Amino acid sequence: MRLEPKPAPSLALTLLFPIAAIVATLLITSLLVLAAGASPLSVFYLVAKGAAGSQFALLETLTRATPLIFTGLAVAVAFRAKLWNIGAEAQLYVGGIVTVVLGTGALPLPSIILIPVIMLAVMLAGGLLLLGPAILKTRFGVDEVVTTLLLNFIVLLFVSMLLEGVLKDPMGLGWPQSQKVIAEAQLPRIIQGKRLHYGFVIAIVSAIVVWVIMKKTVLGYEMRAVGHNPEGARFVGIPVNRVLMKTALLSGGLAALAGFSEVSGLKGNLTLDLSPGYGYSGIVVAMLAMLNPLGVIASAIFVAGIFVGADAMSRVAKVPSYIADVMVATSLLTMVVAILLTRFRVRWR
Amino acid sequence: MSPTASEPVLSLSGITKRFGPLVANDAISFELKRGEVIALLGENGAGKTTLMNILFGHYVADEGTVEAFGKPLPPGDPRAALDAGIGMVHQHFTLADNMTVLENIALGTQSLWRPRLDRAAARNRIGQLSTDFGLAVDPTATVSTLSVGERQRVEILKALYREARILILDEPTAVLTPAETDALFRTLKLLVAKGLSIIFISHKLHEVMAVSDRVLVLRSGRLAGERETKATDRKALAALMVGQEVKPAEVSPVQVGAPLLVLDRVSTARHNGAGLDEVSLTLSAGEITGLAGVSGNGQAALAALIAGTRRPTGGCISIAGQPVGDWSPQAALGHGVARIPEDRHAVGTIGDMSVTENVIAERYGSPRFSRMGFLDWKAARSFAEEIIADYDVKCPSPEARIRLLSGGNMQKLILGRALDPEPAVILASQPTRGLDVGAVAYVHRMLLAARERGAAVLLISEDLEEILALSDRIVVMSKGRLSSPSARGERSIRELGELMAGHGEEGQAA
Repeated sequence: MRLEPKPAPSLALTLLFPIAAIVATLLITSLLVLAAGASPLSVFYLVAKGAAGSQFALLETLTRATPLIFTGLAVAVAFRAKLWNIGAEAQLYVGGIVTVVLGTGALPLPSIILIPVIMLAVMLAGGLLLLGPAILKTRFGVDEVVTTLLLNFIVLLFVSMLLEGVLKDPMGLGWPQSQKVIAEAQLPRIIQGKRLHYGFVIAIVSAIVVWVIMKKTVLGYEMRAVGHNPEGARFVGIPVNRVLMKTALLSGGLAALAGFSEVSGLKGNLTLDLSPGYGYSGIVVAMLAMLNPLGVIASAIFVAGIFVGADAMSRVAKVPSYIADVMVATSLLTMVVAILLTRFRVRWR
Repeated sequence: MSPTASEPVLSLSGITKRFGPLVANDAISFELKRGEVIALLGENGAGKTTLMNILFGHYVADEGTVEAFGKPLPPGDPRAALDAGIGMVHQHFTLADNMTVLENIALGTQSLWRPRLDRAAARNRIGQLSTDFGLAVDPTATVSTLSVGERQRVEILKALYREARILILDEPTAVLTPAETDALFRTLKLLVAKGLSIIFISHKLHEVMAVSDRVLVLRSGRLAGERETKATDRKALAALMVGQEVKPAEVSPVQVGAPLLVLDRVSTARHNGAGLDEVSLTLSAGEITGLAGVSGNGQAALAALIAGTRRPTGGCISIAGQPVGDWSPQAALGHGVARIPEDRHAVGTIGDMSVTENVIAERYGSPRFSRMGFLDWKAARSFAEEIIADYDVKCPSPEARIRLLSGGNMQKLILGRALDPEPAVILASQPTRGLDVGAVAYVHRMLLAARERGAAVLLISEDLEEILALSDRIVVMSKGRLSSPSARGERSIRELGELMAGHGEEGQAA
């Protein structure tokens, strides 16, 4: 078996293969559903209904998509410059820490000033967290996959230490959780009484801003050049290391906004279960979107929908909601294969 | 050349290979006879490599068949090609550097289940082959210690050791000194005298004339012509290759001006071969300085130094009389140094980005193309269209990925990017490597035009003919050191060859 590059994939093919990927995903996961003793059709129906079948379901999906858009953007930006940021999870938690440090009354400011201040600080902190691995990479050739991945565990332990120590809520009945942020530091809900908050709007705006950066600005041009061919970029005079630093600041900052948005918009305080792996899911989201910032919005909603829908489904169909993880993982694999097939022709023999 | 028996050992009939809309090989048929040397001549992209890859089983032809020694060769099976007695010496050697010559040659010829190599027998056979065919090489030497010429001999021995009856040589002289090339040609003559058949791939006309019995000319995937070598000449072959007459570049006398770039005892670390060892060089306005040498002797280090991608470890660079401060690609560009890099694909372009994005790459930060951190894509695109028109680049659109362009068109874009700002100093590193005759002539004209305008040009090339044709002054690099310069016609090819091999004069070490 051998792969031969296709000169130029046609538009029809580039649309057909992702659809084929989704169909393949459904077929593969139906085997597991059958093994769990349920009917695949009804399970998929229930997942779809749970994800988008009612106003409540839809709002829940968008709420769940919000942090995924941020982490997906963070990964998309970094991967575009071939900076392998696997540490969005850590950056998210750092965003959460900064939000509760500044948002629990330390800065007595009105909402209109306090929230932007917190956001800037959050982005700076997340960016600086990724700057370390980026410097280790450019200076000493340390693989950032390892450093960013390990930082996830370090930061989570650090959060645990804070929540048992200085940030522990004295009124928290001993639970490892921080105080709630003050009202001025909270992101308002979009619809009164529902969970969807303005973090979602900030996420959409961020995606558009990132898209503009990548398409229209010098920085985006430099990042793409460095990602495609660092040696060529260096030759034509692009300051490769400086570009990687800027990429790290932007990517880390975006991931940290996920932590800010979850604390400020949804949870109100920092806990050790702030993120059920949004940082890692961000990689899936970015890859499904083929690193396109606007595509990240759609793929984040898709992934969130599967998780939310699977939760709803498992309550009814008695198929474990872990099927959501399998579906997301399978869709990533089939998508990667689909991308491969749009670019290459497979020759047997 | 040699007595040729008439039975064909290899016959290709109607080979057609398409890559999407591109027809790489179009109904190509030919026969190779016993004891014959066929030269496969053609521009880059003419389909030579595709054809050989089909023959060797790396690709499967869409139509057509290959027969070796009267038996059809199963398509897509390199193993079968090897077993049928076809040996290939690739342009880029496929040797394990950390193993000995003997191990490299015997590698893969014995069953994996045999506990150890029968060294004595292998050594005897290698020794026999070496003496028979003038392929002197020490079987116990580690490959990494060998010169390029010796490595090539190992590759040929490897093929002979596997009892190849048909030998394919892909651009074998690209990395050799003139003396090594002569030795290779003598070996080839001994091989055909023993009844081997040889396919010699090249785009150098004089070599084709020197070594072959018959010449097949490929042009855009078709067999453009087949000539008995005795009955043709270089001009006719060049015309067949490009489809039109090619005029050699005309060199007119130009007044040499002020020194523009001066290297004073500059040393560097190793870089793709030797580093520089206290090299002094002056590039003056209106002068092309040709730098000859066998690859790996420090040309890469010198090119990287002038391009700004490597900093000197000692010595001083001055431009227009002023020592340069911090040295980088940006600084080089800022001082008006244009760079044409050796490797178009890995260094000169960013393959997955568009023609437009590549053309502005050296100047994207200038006010012409960006404002307040935003790129002006309209200005960029019109600049790309300008370069495409001015430098006669054939490409589908400025939005096309540059990877899709042929080598010649890619090089024209790089030329356009480098020469458009009318640079004072031009570094041209192997500017015509792998280009077809037409594109080579174009690059030469551009360099000569720049010289007439008063630019100082450094031409680094492994092609002595090119150096001799264009240079006002020639220096030779060997083991990281430069010879003293010689004016046009002052040193003979033989003398230059000796300098390239590291013999002769004390150089400028004094």
